Amino acid sequence: MTVEPTPASPTPEGGHLLELRDLHVEFRTNEGVARVINGVSYHLDAGETLAVLGESGSGKSVTAQAIMGILDTPPAFVRSGQILYRGQDLLTSSEEQRRQVRGKEIAMIFQDALSALNPVFPVGWQVGETLRQRSGMSRGDARRRAVELMDLVKIPGAAKRIGDYPHQFSGGMRQRVMIAMALALDPKVLIADEPTTALDVTVQAQIMDLLADLRRDLNMAMILITHDLGVVAGVADRIAVMYAGRIVEHADVRSLYKAPAHPYTKGLLESIPRMDVRGQELSTIKGLPPNLMRIPSGCPFHPRCPYVQQVCVDVVPHNLVLGDGRTSACHFAQEVRDDSAR
Amino acid sequence: MFRYILRRLLQMVLAFFGTTLIVYALMFAGQGDPIQALAGERPVTEAQRAYLTEKYHLDATGVGGFFYRYFDYVRSLLQGDLGQSLTGRQIGDILQAAWPVTLKLALIALAVAIIFGVTAGVVAGIRRASIFDNSTLVLTLLVLGIPTIVLAPLAQYLLGVKWQLFPPTAGSQPTFYALLLPGIVLGSLSLATALRLTRTSVAENLRADYVRTARSKGLVKRRIVTVHVLRNSLIPVVTFLGVELGNLMSGAIITEGVFNIPGVGFNLFRGIRTEDGPLVVGIVSVLVVVYLVSNLVVDVLYAVLDPRIRYE
Repeated sequence: MTVEPTPASPTPEGGHLLELRDLHVEFRTNEGVARVINGVSYHLDAGETLAVLGESGSGKSVTAQAIMGILDTPPAFVRSGQILYRGQDLLTSSEEQRRQVRGKEIAMIFQDALSALNPVFPVGWQVGETLRQRSGMSRGDARRRAVELMDLVKIPGAAKRIGDYPHQFSGGMRQRVMIAMALALDPKVLIADEPTTALDVTVQAQIMDLLADLRRDLNMAMILITHDLGVVAGVADRIAVMYAGRIVEHADVRSLYKAPAHPYTKGLLESIPRMDVRGQELSTIKGLPPNLMRIPSGCPFHPRCPYVQQVCVDVVPHNLVLGDGRTSACHFAQEVRDDSAR
Repeated sequence: MFRYILRRLLQMVLAFFGTTLIVYALMFAGQGDPIQALAGERPVTEAQRAYLTEKYHLDATGVGGFFYRYFDYVRSLLQGDLGQSLTGRQIGDILQAAWPVTLKLALIALAVAIIFGVTAGVVAGIRRASIFDNSTLVLTLLVLGIPTIVLAPLAQYLLGVKWQLFPPTAGSQPTFYALLLPGIVLGSLSLATALRLTRTSVAENLRADYVRTARSKGLVKRRIVTVHVLRNSLIPVVTFLGVELGNLMSGAIITEGVFNIPGVGFNLFRGIRTEDGPLVVGIVSVLVVVYLVSNLVVDVLYAVLDPRIRYE
C-alpha cells in the first residue's frame, strides 16, 4: 500500500516535527476484532495547531494514545504504520526511549481532569512529581516550580492551593492543574484530548484561550482533539476530520469552514445551529456511526451519505488531493466542495 | 472531624446500653431458678436461699425487678466491676488473663493475612488472568469454602499430630510457637478475603484514568504501581483489616476451643455451655466496647487514608 501524502502544508526542511504514516490500530476483544484506526496519516510542525475532529468512536483519542504509547495492550494492538517524532519512529523505539519522550517531548492532557488526577495526592505533589522523577529536582525546588507552573496556568492563589486535593478544585481549575502538569517538562508537542468537553461553556472558552496563549508563549505545537466545531475555529491552523478510523478530510481551517469537500464534514457544519437564520430546522446526519467490527464496504460513510452512488459501496476512496493542498477521501470531493461553496 | 468523633462516642454509649440490655435479658430470661443454677447439683438451704435472694435482689419480680437488677449490674460495670462468675472468680481477672492470649493470636492471624494475603493479592491484581492469579483464586475459594470447624481439627491432626511440626494444643501458658498454627488457621479466612479484596482493588485501579496520566508523565512502571496504584488500592484493604482486627480481638470460639487456648473465645464458650450468666454478660459487654472502638478507629483511619472522605 502506498503512503498517502499529507499535503495540506509543505514539508519543512528536516521533515515534520511529528508525522503519522498509515497507522493501523485494532482492538482484539472476545467479541471480535474492532478496527479502530485504519490508515491514519497526519503531521504536525513546530508551533502550529492541528485540530483532529470527529465523533465518539472515530478513533481520534486512540490515535493520540498511540502517539503517547499509552494504549492498553491488550486489547489494543498497533498493526502497522509509523509514528515519526523528529524523524525517529516511536513504534520501533524501546519502551525506555518512549518513556523519555513522554512528558518531556510530547505531553498530553485529558478530557476528565477529575479522574485523570490521582485522588489521594495533593495537586502540588502531582505537578512536582514529574519534576522530581524526570528532572531529578529536589523536593523544595519541585514545589517552587509547581507553584510557578500553577501561576502560569492562572490558578488564583497557587502557593496556597498546592496542598489541596483534586476534588477540592472546580472543573476548570482542575483542568488548569492538568495543563500545569503537562507543561512541567517544557514539551514541544501538547496533545489536548477533548480538554473542554467536561466543562461549562463559559469555562470552556477560558481554557481554550489559555491553551492558545500558552501554545504561543511557549512555542509549542498542539494537537487539539475535539468533537466540537465551535472550539476549533478560533484556535486551530489545520483540521483533520476523522470518521471510522480514517481521516476523511484534511484542510486549513479557513477553507474547510468555507467549503467542506467531504459530505461528512459538510453534514457536521450544517448541523451547527445558526444565529442568523430564524425558524430553520436543524439538519442532522442521519444514521449512526459504524460498528468498528463491521465497517461498511467501500467508503465507510456511504450508508449515511446523501451523495452515495454504486462506486461508494464498491471502492474505498483514496485521498483526493484538491487544488489548494487539501485532501478529501470522497469519490465526489470536487462536487461536494463546489456544492458547499455555492 | 472532632465533632464527628464526639458524636460517634455518644452513639457508642447508646449502643453499649442497648446491647448489654439485650444480652442481659437473653441470658437471664431462659434461666429457671438462678440460685439452683448457681449451686449446681447440691441442695440449697433456706438460709442460703434468703441470703442469695437478698444479694442478687431476686425478691423484686417482673419487668421492674429485671430493670432493677440490670441497672444494678450496669452501675457496678461502670465502676469497673464486672462481678463474679458462677464459679466465684472475678470476671475482671478472667478477662485479664484471657485477653493477652487472644490478642497475640489475633496479631498472628492478622500478620498472616497481611504478609501473604495482601502481597499475593497485589501480584494477582497486576498479573490478572495469569496462572498465579487463577491458582490463588481457586485456593482462596477453597479456604473460604471450608468452615473453621473442619479446617482447625484438620490442621491440628495433620500438622500437629501426624507430622508433629507444631504443638497440637496450646495449654494454659501458650508460647508464641504454640499459637502459630492456630494463628495461621484463624488468619487463613482473613487471608483469603484480604487477597481477593486486594486483587480486585489493584486490578480496578490499574485501569483507572490517573494511571494513564501517570504513564503520560513518563514515570517508570514500578513507580506507577508502587506509589499511584497501591496508595489507592490499599484504602479498602486497610479498612477491611481494621474491622477484621476488631473481630479477631473478640476471640475465636472454634479455633481457641479446638487448640485449647485459654483466650476470650474459649472462656465465652465455657460460660455459654455452663449457663454462667454473669460471665457471658461480662465478656460480651467488654466485647461490645472493643468492637465499637475498633470500628470508630477504622472510620477515622478511612478518612485519613482517603482525602475525599469528610466527616461532618
